[in-house]
Amino acid sequence: MRRHYTFFPGCCLDGNAVAYGLSLAAIAKVIDLDLIELEDWNCCGSTPQASVSELASLCHSSRNLALAEKKGLDIVTECSDCYLMFNKTNRHFQDNTKLKAILVTALAAGGLEYHGTLKIRHILDVIANDVGYDEIKSKVKVNLGELKVAPYYGCQVVRPLPNFDHPEDPQSLDKLVESLGAKVTPFPLKTRCCGGSLILSEEGLALQSIHRLLENAVSNGAELIVTVCPLCQANLDLYQGKVNRKFKTNYKIPILFFTQLMGIAFGIDNKTLGVEKCIVPADKVLAKSLQGDKGG
Amino acid sequence: METKEKETKAFIDEICSIPGGEKIRLCIQCGTCSASCPNVNKMDYTPRQLIAMARAGMKNEVLSSNSMWCCASCYLCTVRCPRDIRPTELMHALESMAIRYPSKNTSVTTPAMYASFSDFAYSLGNVPDVGFMALYFFRTNPLRALKMLPAALSLLRHKRLFIKTRRLKPEAGRQLKTIVDKAEELAGRI
Repeated sequence: MRRHYTFFPGCCLDGNAVAYGLSLAAIAKVIDLDLIELEDWNCCGSTPQASVSELASLCHSSRNLALAEKKGLDIVTECSDCYLMFNKTNRHFQDNTKLKAILVTALAAGGLEYHGTLKIRHILDVIANDVGYDEIKSKVKVNLGELKVAPYYGCQVVRPLPNFDHPEDPQSLDKLVESLGAKVTPFPLKTRCCGGSLILSEEGLALQSIHRLLENAVSNGAELIVTVCPLCQANLDLYQGKVNRKFKTNYKIPILFFTQLMGIAFGIDNKTLGVEKCIVPADKVLAKSLQGDKGG
Repeated sequence: METKEKETKAFIDEICSIPGGEKIRLCIQCGTCSASCPNVNKMDYTPRQLIAMARAGMKNEVLSSNSMWCCASCYLCTVRCPRDIRPTELMHALESMAIRYPSKNTSVTTPAMYASFSDFAYSLGNVPDVGFMALYFFRTNPLRALKMLPAALSLLRHKRLFIKTRRLKPEAGRQLKTIVDKAEELAGRI
């Protein structure tokens, strides 16, 4: 069954998370998702902006929601921060907070209105709950064999508002990885912070977080980490070398978007999925597991 | 010490007037936020201490501390807080106050990073990696950009860094600015 959504890519798909967009487009064809990009969207308002002015940030977010509400479909995004911002903004409209009056008048000044009716979805939620694990399983063509995967959620896909999964011990990505045929390794820190954008201004602080996560995943036997958040991917992948230098470690664990792993299991080639864009190369780990498949 | 009391009340009222700061009076000082925070070891004061200090009227110490700038917005404290005061949003509220406070802490560069991000979001409607980082380094310490060079080259080599950015249609950009300007004008009047 073809499912239709308004799609909000966010700024990162044009930037360092380009592989997330490529792999999502590729698997969307397989699981029949129709992701219609919102026209003329703007930055979601994002956490850094909320720290400068919460109101300006809510305005950015509201404009997107107002444009999307007209389309009548759920809005889905792959970015955890955009997801959080939209939920936060929706809460103001639904709970009739003091700010709602300001936002309504401000939107009207721009010729827009928003009524708070939109359902905000993360792409993980859509894939896990709308498409479902059985359908995903039925599309698997490549046996991932013994590939040991740590499912990393990060923070903002599950917090702070109650949504589709548990805020500290979520399961949807675990089950998704299992339905692809890979082995899920225990990952107690799966919803712990990667340091976020503080990697730019407080590098030492963020490296400590990244180190903690890598250590936790690897010591539990993971050969690969999959994530749902563009910033988590960038921090764990791009800064792994720096962590190694600072903490005298030797991590070489590839960090894939979960959509890339889905694509691999669906038999889509690495180039289409943007696998070669990983800074820590993923091909060796993947080749090993796929070779095991031939042997078995 | 009536003046001191008045100042304290004014400071708490100011925090309460910012979205996210409203619930600071409800804190029972249980320390769950501090115990949950992944970055607490880098903070001048823990979140629990910061709340106590704010309520004691220690405006200068609170606004010039590095504590809120160490918050990575992971919201773990928020989902655990038994009083539902949303400490993450309280941190954002303190950040937005500190940015406007005259004797701000000069040792933290996170405010400049957030401001650079915010300026791009407002003026372009989206935030290109390259432009936003260049602006941030220009405003803080251009030499630090050199330290970022290996990371940038690595991204470039893996075709993850783009100089050309997506632009909103001019009318869409104008619409966004109209909305933001109107909201700030209205908020200023309250």
